[in-house]
Amino acid sequence: MNSRSLQTTIIFLVVGGILALALGGFLGPASRGFSSTLVGVQTWVSSRFIGLQDFFTAPRDIVSLRNRNAELETTVSQLQAQVIELQQRVNETEILAALVDFSRSNPESTYKAAAVIGRDPSPFLHYIIINRGSNDDIRRGMPVVTNQGLVGRVDAVIADAARVQLITDPSSVVNVYLQNAETNAVALGSVTGDVSLDLISQNTTVEAGDLILTSGLGGGYPSDLLIGQVVTIRSLEFQLFQQATVQPAVDFTRLEIVLVITNFRPVDITPLEPLPSP
Amino acid sequence: MRNIVAFPLLGLAVILQSAVVSQVKLLSGYADLPLIVLTAWALQKHVKSAWHWAILLCVMLGFVSGLPWVIQVVGYAAVVYFAQTLQRRVWQAPLLAMFSATFTGTLLMQLLSFGTLRLLGAPFAFGDVMGLITLPSLLLNMLLAIPVYTFMRDLAHWVYPAEEYE
Repeated sequence: MNSRSLQTTIIFLVVGGILALALGGFLGPASRGFSSTLVGVQTWVSSRFIGLQDFFTAPRDIVSLRNRNAELETTVSQLQAQVIELQQRVNETEILAALVDFSRSNPESTYKAAAVIGRDPSPFLHYIIINRGSNDDIRRGMPVVTNQGLVGRVDAVIADAARVQLITDPSSVVNVYLQNAETNAVALGSVTGDVSLDLISQNTTVEAGDLILTSGLGGGYPSDLLIGQVVTIRSLEFQLFQQATVQPAVDFTRLEIVLVITNFRPVDITPLEPLPSP
Repeated sequence: MRNIVAFPLLGLAVILQSAVVSQVKLLSGYADLPLIVLTAWALQKHVKSAWHWAILLCVMLGFVSGLPWVIQVVGYAAVVYFAQTLQRRVWQAPLLAMFSATFTGTLLMQLLSFGTLRLLGAPFAFGDVMGLITLPSLLLNMLLAIPVYTFMRDLAHWVYPAEEYE
């Protein structure tokens, strides 16, 4: 055995002895001290490396994340706009479907749908403006309805728009028929937009919930269009007629699409009215 | 030449009044944007076209509104006259003039509307009109007066640049 082989053998024996001592638990304190030092160094190196890595890579990530965030925000806002548009279309479709149902169930009249595009600038008047005019064969006096009931009648027409006087207008007077009581009356508008009934005979029994329809008298409106229901009745013995408040069938604050009855021509009965005697 | 801005601006005011402002109600009243725009314009120092704007506004509102046209003609003419008189006398306090002109103009327009519609047979009760329409409209008009005045002042500076009158 030459000296090199002897040296190698001794090294192996020493290392093997140390391993044997370590495995046998005889090197516990020294092993723990060594390992803790090693772990400490490893931790220090690792943490510094991560710090350096963050320092060099984080700014690039923030820029890319910001760009990505902006893209996503743009996409979200586009989708939200689409959702709103689709909701509006669904809403319009529902209204139109109800109006189509109404026109099918009332085939005796012909209708033209119109969108409500504005209201009268003056708070004294209850008028709406619709986007159909004389170009669409809309004429003054034509009744305007929704699937819920009577809205009013056309008051003025230009080529592509018309102004409609609502039945809530203070100047509006509609001849009506109380279905259950089988009597005639007149429906009047008011400043507040409430509708009331007047000229109800004292001999008639009117109850809350009675349906109110147009009577067709006077030729201003076709008959049997729903106006609303009686809410309360005011009957005083010293008065000639009873009055009643009305819950209109139509929600006048949410008018979006209406139907103009185009085959109805109002009758002007003014020449038939008796002249006042001199 | 820049006075042509009256056409789109007054058109926009009438459209906004019909489509938006008339939906924002306080009781039964709402603000009168065209009136405030006209008042604020007439109160600007170097403005010479307030009468033209009033006529244009009357024509535009005549198409849209069911009110008799005489109300707008008399009302807006009186408002412009009052605003210009006020502007000459209290020119040091333009906001005070704006509030005074808005207050007076609103009351005038409301009284004219009430009187004319009553004459035409509309069954208005004065108390109802005052409580439900006039006072709420007055309040809303006063609230709108400051922003509209500020906008119209900037517009007047644009239409009548300083070098033209210095």
